[in-house]
Amino acid sequence: MRDVAVVSFAQTKNVRRENRRNEVEMLIPVVQEAVEKSGIPKQEIGFYCSGSSDYLAGQSFSFVMAVDSLGAWPPIAESHVEMDGAWALYEAWIKIQCGEADSALIFSFGRSSPGMIRETLTLQLDPYTLAPLGADPVCLAALQARALLESSDYSEREMAEVAARSRADAKSNPYAQLTGDFDVDELLAEPYFVSPLRKHDCPPISDGATAMVIAADDVARNASKRPAWIRGIDHRVESHQLGLRDLAQSTSTALAGEKAGAVDIDVAELHAPFSHQELILRDALKLGDGVKINPSGGALAANSVMVAGLTRIGEAANAIWNGNARRALGHATSGPCLQQNLVCVLEGE
Amino acid sequence: MAEHCAVIGVGQTKHDAKRIDVSQFGLVREAAERALEDAGLTYADIDAVVIGKAPDMFEGVMMPELMLADSLGAAGKPMLRVHTAGSVGGSTAIVAASLIQAGVHDRVLTVTYEKQSESNAMWALSVKVPFQQGMVAGAGGYFAPLIRAYMKRSGAPEDTGIRVALKDRLNALKNPYAHLKLPDIDFDQIANSPMLWDPIRYLETCPSSDGACAMVLVNSSAAKKAPKKPAWIHATAMRTEPTMFSGRDQVNPQAGQDCARVLYKKAGISDPRKEIDCCEIYVPFSWFEPMWMENLHFAPESEGWKMTYEGATALDGDLPVNMSGGVLSSNPIGASGMLRFAEVANQIRGEAGEHQVDGAKKGFGHAYGGGSQFFSMWIVGDQPL
Repeated sequence: MRDVAVVSFAQTKNVRRENRRNEVEMLIPVVQEAVEKSGIPKQEIGFYCSGSSDYLAGQSFSFVMAVDSLGAWPPIAESHVEMDGAWALYEAWIKIQCGEADSALIFSFGRSSPGMIRETLTLQLDPYTLAPLGADPVCLAALQARALLESSDYSEREMAEVAARSRADAKSNPYAQLTGDFDVDELLAEPYFVSPLRKHDCPPISDGATAMVIAADDVARNASKRPAWIRGIDHRVESHQLGLRDLAQSTSTALAGEKAGAVDIDVAELHAPFSHQELILRDALKLGDGVKINPSGGALAANSVMVAGLTRIGEAANAIWNGNARRALGHATSGPCLQQNLVCVLEGE
Repeated sequence: MAEHCAVIGVGQTKHDAKRIDVSQFGLVREAAERALEDAGLTYADIDAVVIGKAPDMFEGVMMPELMLADSLGAAGKPMLRVHTAGSVGGSTAIVAASLIQAGVHDRVLTVTYEKQSESNAMWALSVKVPFQQGMVAGAGGYFAPLIRAYMKRSGAPEDTGIRVALKDRLNALKNPYAHLKLPDIDFDQIANSPMLWDPIRYLETCPSSDGACAMVLVNSSAAKKAPKKPAWIHATAMRTEPTMFSGRDQVNPQAGQDCARVLYKKAGISDPRKEIDCCEIYVPFSWFEPMWMENLHFAPESEGWKMTYEGATALDGDLPVNMSGGVLSSNPIGASGMLRFAEVANQIRGEAGEHQVDGAKKGFGHAYGGGSQFFSMWIVGDQPL
């Protein structure tokens, strides 16, 4: 295996409604920033890969125009996954492992504001057996939270603590959307949104975009003073049928973490759009009290769909770069109730 | 590349306008199980699954790979979903191959599909997004002016497209999986069919199909255990160019030329016309055969039409093209590119049945997408490179 490192990461501020710029206009500055920070001349970047969803843009082939943010002339080696950008990172990592490129630019974008994200994500369900039930992602997450509460020692208080901690930590993240100091008792006094979830247990609705550059071996060493080396990256999917899964656990995260070597972690950036999902993920990855979770505020502070997973890996790299971690973990999820999960373990030199 | 990768199993569905006998799950399983059986494997032997398809609005399910995880035996395994417009069938095969070439997996199942009858492709392509160029004409309206430009540039005879369509429709009669089968087809029928988007006639255009294609890709040690002859991947390449760029030549796109050039270099090919035995290329409208023959360096510029005219691209010609009947005969969009890659692999494996090219040793598979911005290609051979 070749040594591959994250050498730069850039993101837009996550906002409730990006009205002034379309996807291409959101991407141009972050792509430029990621390339500049990488220290690798743009014409030397060997591969490009993006993650996005047509259903967010409300348009077929929405990624086609996004390519225009790259200045793809002369033509480039490029690919796209209809998944969170974290899986675009995986494809790019594979491409470098094949020896087909020494560096790659990964980007993702997602605007939830043009549509109604709860209704849109309902279209992700099996159209024959699940979608007709009309259960949106908040309702499904509530079922999962209930399964967790009833099968474990966790209570709604621990969920509220996750929310309060995330939004307090997010105050120091200039890209976060929902930040502030919240009192756990006051949060618990709020009414249910979809029982047992209260509003604070749910993510904000966000628009945002990210870009990242990764590079292999000496290209990374020459470009970056402190490359965040990818020591392991793995992803797993579970059954789509919720009745076939124990929703209180994330077996796919546990397996991906095991394959990616998720041990001795200092900082973990977990893609948990709902507060109880952080509890499930922490247990799946066996992250003890010594592990700092989501110093960026995580998806409870900014949740641009298709972007938030890649952002976790970018924030894990940030933790290496700013000296807060020697080994950091970035996690991404997709699908209802944590159906699919990716774990990436980064390490400083 | 670190590891060799071979195709040891190929499966496809019967393609049709409406496969109302199967759900999306049933459709992908029909192809996947045929590929696994061909490879002598079961779902349990597979390390990872790579799914590809064109826009989700064609079926009305957002990211349908999530719901297909169960049907394709992917639970507990890595699963990827590729979408690179019309080239996706090819790109998906290339991503799947790269998992083997990187040494990450031993056996990968890759599946592409489109069930166009679930929705309406014309509608899905025509959503008007504010401040963006509309695509209200569908694909035919987009490509017709490019064909007209090619005719003017090359001076190709007006009936070149009809000849391509006749060849591909006759080839389709030898392919049990083809969607459009017109047993009485002849030159006059095509020439007299309605003009849809001048100069594209009805019988010079592709159908809308439901269908799927699957392949099992493995490393060298697994290929040695395969029950049938493998097709070895010699080279893969993808290239993309921008959409809004005044320097583009959409008739003979730079991305396609570059992609072919890097592909031949990787495969050690200096004279593609001589060294390649057969091609499956993405021809959704008949005139794209001569256009791509030039773009892919099989013919000098403005002379691609001569290959069609002289019969070089016929099943018994010196460079048979679209022996299966091609996209003109079956077009489940997301799978159309992989069908090209898979058909050419079957030629090398000697598994192409009635449309087999005798002794084919090197084959070329090609897919393109968008408004000719996206290209994916591979070359497969009967021996590892």
